[in-house]
Amino acid sequence: MTPEEMDAASDKTTAAPVVMTDPELLKSLRGQMLKFAVLQLGDHSSAEDAVQEALIGALKNVAAFRGSAALKTWVFAILKNKIADALRQKKRLGEASALMQEREEQEDMDELFNARGFWEADERPAAWGNPQETLHQAQFWKIFEICLEALPGQQARVFMMREYIGLESDEICSTVGISTSNLNVIMHRARLRLRECLENSWYFKKGQPC
Amino acid sequence: MLNCKSATRLVSEAQKRALSVRERMGLNVHLLMCSGCRNFSQQIPLLRQAMRGFAQGDNEKAGK
Repeated sequence: MTPEEMDAASDKTTAAPVVMTDPELLKSLRGQMLKFAVLQLGDHSSAEDAVQEALIGALKNVAAFRGSAALKTWVFAILKNKIADALRQKKRLGEASALMQEREEQEDMDELFNARGFWEADERPAAWGNPQETLHQAQFWKIFEICLEALPGQQARVFMMREYIGLESDEICSTVGISTSNLNVIMHRARLRLRECLENSWYFKKGQPC
Repeated sequence: MLNCKSATRLVSEAQKRALSVRERMGLNVHLLMCSGCRNFSQQIPLLRQAMRGFAQGDNEKAGK
């Protein structure tokens, strides 16, 4: 949004979180929001709209927000709703999404398993020790986010629709134009990939000398 | 016998539906013999828990 709009919106409130008034922080937050919205909505202009509405919504309700630590979560919660609305709108308008790129995503599955469908030696999942503990570690979450971003486009889109935006399976199937069994396969592949990335980036790195 | 590709698929599907008796038996036998899939089957619920936490902003609370 423009600085004028921001001023107008923030005048109505008091003590906006610093990110809302710091141009650099706002720009960075907006960039992350836009990236996610483009992934989900598939086109730049509806993504821009969703981000714009989410930021305006966030400023309007800034009084309801307490504590800057979870600011990104809070703004993204608003964005998730805007994206869910926009996806439903697109579906009503019959704007079918691009068909799934099955082939390229099949290939990376073949790297995990050998011809008989057993784990390749270097891909076999290792024991993770005490994983519950890791959920309290800030560094784990950084890697988790990097691994989520590393999912290939359509896999990321569907996985985040289900597990992050929280759309129901049938909504996702009709929005993306896939069958339930496609959906299951895509979710499964996303989990395999995410698991592999976490193991390589977190569980193996930990405790090893640089 | 199930291979790892099918076994991991069943582990993943068990997140959203109850497996049949036959599927469960096949999977359990496989898990007894395969440490990779056994580890996988313990990691999938954690992934789900992490994803829920992530969606709720646990990542911004951690380590602070």
